[in-house]
Amino acid sequence: MLKINQLHKSYPIGDSSLHVLKGIDLSVDQGEMVAIMGSSGSGKSTLLNIIGMLDEADTGDYILDGLPINNLTEKKAAVYRNKFLGFIFQSFNLINYKNAIENVALPLYYQGIKRKERVEKAKFHLEKVGLLDWAEHLPKELSGGQKQRVAIARALAANPKLLLADEPTGALDTKTSYEIMAFIQSLNDEGKTILMVTHEEDIANMCKRIVRLRDGVIMEDKKVTQVRAEQYV
Amino acid sequence: MIDTIKFLFERDTWQELYDSMSKNKLRTIVTMIGVWWGILLLIGLLGSAKGMENSFNRLFSNFATNSVFIWGNNTSKPFKGFQEGRWVRLSLNDTDKIRDNVPGVEFVVPRSQTQGLVTKNLLSGNFSIAGDYPLLDKVEKKKLIHGRFINQTDIEEKRKVVVIEEDAYKQLFEKDAEAIGDYVLINNINFKVVGIYKSSNISMGPTTDMHIPFTTFQAMYNRGDKIGWMIITGKTGYDIVQLEEDAKLLIKNLNSIHPEDNRALGSANAGKEIAKVTGFLKGMQFLTWFVGIATLIAGVFAIGNILLITVKERTKEIGVRRALGATPFEIKRQIVVEAVFITLVAGLFGIISGGWILILLDYKYGQGAEAVLVNASVSIAIVFVALIILVTLGSLIGLIPAFKATSIKPIEALREE
Repeated sequence: MLKINQLHKSYPIGDSSLHVLKGIDLSVDQGEMVAIMGSSGSGKSTLLNIIGMLDEADTGDYILDGLPINNLTEKKAAVYRNKFLGFIFQSFNLINYKNAIENVALPLYYQGIKRKERVEKAKFHLEKVGLLDWAEHLPKELSGGQKQRVAIARALAANPKLLLADEPTGALDTKTSYEIMAFIQSLNDEGKTILMVTHEEDIANMCKRIVRLRDGVIMEDKKVTQVRAEQYV
Repeated sequence: MIDTIKFLFERDTWQELYDSMSKNKLRTIVTMIGVWWGILLLIGLLGSAKGMENSFNRLFSNFATNSVFIWGNNTSKPFKGFQEGRWVRLSLNDTDKIRDNVPGVEFVVPRSQTQGLVTKNLLSGNFSIAGDYPLLDKVEKKKLIHGRFINQTDIEEKRKVVVIEEDAYKQLFEKDAEAIGDYVLINNINFKVVGIYKSSNISMGPTTDMHIPFTTFQAMYNRGDKIGWMIITGKTGYDIVQLEEDAKLLIKNLNSIHPEDNRALGSANAGKEIAKVTGFLKGMQFLTWFVGIATLIAGVFAIGNILLITVKERTKEIGVRRALGATPFEIKRQIVVEAVFITLVAGLFGIISGGWILILLDYKYGQGAEAVLVNASVSIAIVFVALIILVTLGSLIGLIPAFKATSIKPIEALREE
């Protein structure tokens, strides 16, 4: 599904440069649910951004579903992001002047899907996250958990191969966090491959595999027994 | 290209545009006011300048602008045995010589004038009476309401006919009385009224209330070949100032006046005076264009500026859209379409309200014969060129924030709080 080989990335800081990723090797299979952990500055977000094609690696290989991802033009990256990836952000990143259903339908708009079909698909996904009744509401009228569920529906809308989540529960209270995790787990149960960055142990333990980063290298990569989130809800 | 045209006809495009504009009302309104104001000012200014120009043109339309008046004064230098202080009296000989010898002369019109009592039955008044040739009509077009002006036969036969000014007619005749064919007494001699005219807005030299044939005048007042003054007009292309000098030199020669005696001949050069006015008009037109175009450019920069601020505001949104799969082209296209749409709509509003302003100006200042602004208007071609320039600049300016929006990596855009 996803294969990364000797990935390096550094950022220029004034005259010197900061070596953030120092040779990452990672491979993720279909249906996995991986938590990437590490303290801030460990390079976990950078790794997620490169996997998400929002950022480019300096050297190294990245193959997604058999497709080598390198030297992408912005246009091609945009198309790949749209086709292969679904993003879930810590701060939801909903467009504030669009209502829930319009937000969910946005990736489909960039796929060039007709309006009617878009609305139908968006409705389907909103129903899936249990927010069909809130379809016409603006983000500011929704609670944090609801916003994140809309964002998840949006990430799912384009039916991506890989779901990328950057601290998906970072802005939510514990109870809501577990609700969201329960939902993400159910998506994984249906076969979605999920990659998430988190620094919370309990959240990480709800995944099936934990990759720990420190100072740009992988310190530990182990499979864990998944803690089901439903029991806390 | 075809994609872009298709894009323009898609409901989604306009939905996006509508969302973005209606959710950012203040920004949209401020931008539109900027453009609207620019176009409005341009049209208002250009229209007023045109109206003023038309008004001047109408004023001068009955008047040979390329003309000079020359009359005799007292000499200030002794010459050829003559004492200084001699009164120079111009004669028909002078006018003939000028007509024949000065290059560039179109017409030379001799005139004589006096004040006299004119009586009609019980009504009478003191009027200025001029002896004129038909030629006067060529240099100072008479607006005849009834009848005709003096003709060549009148001159040859020294007929006792008179062409009177409208106000004089009103003083001498009962209201609505038929004057043509009727008689008035000038200097106790019966003159037949052959024409009534309306005085023009502008004239140089003394005002005249009545015109009688030149020859009749000379005989009646015993003037011989001496004239009051002359009007010389120049052919197009000849400098009227040079012509004036040439004519004066010739007159000095003919009348034994010292060549450097600058007081012996009086003159008024209409060409010179009018050149000042037209120069002023040209200056004003230039100013109008300058201000108008500067206003337009300011308007366009205002749009660019506001779009730029908006892009900064919307950086995160643009980052999200790109994460969701919007290509840089799609982002740019949306921003440019927004810029063009806003300028176009505001520009059209500006044209419409500019038109209203001109209608209002015309209503307030454009009525009647004394109107300050005559037919204040702007050619539709100029308006559309202005609009096209505005829209082009608007889209170019729109490109700046669009490029800025897509040049930052989506990841940086997303990080921005």
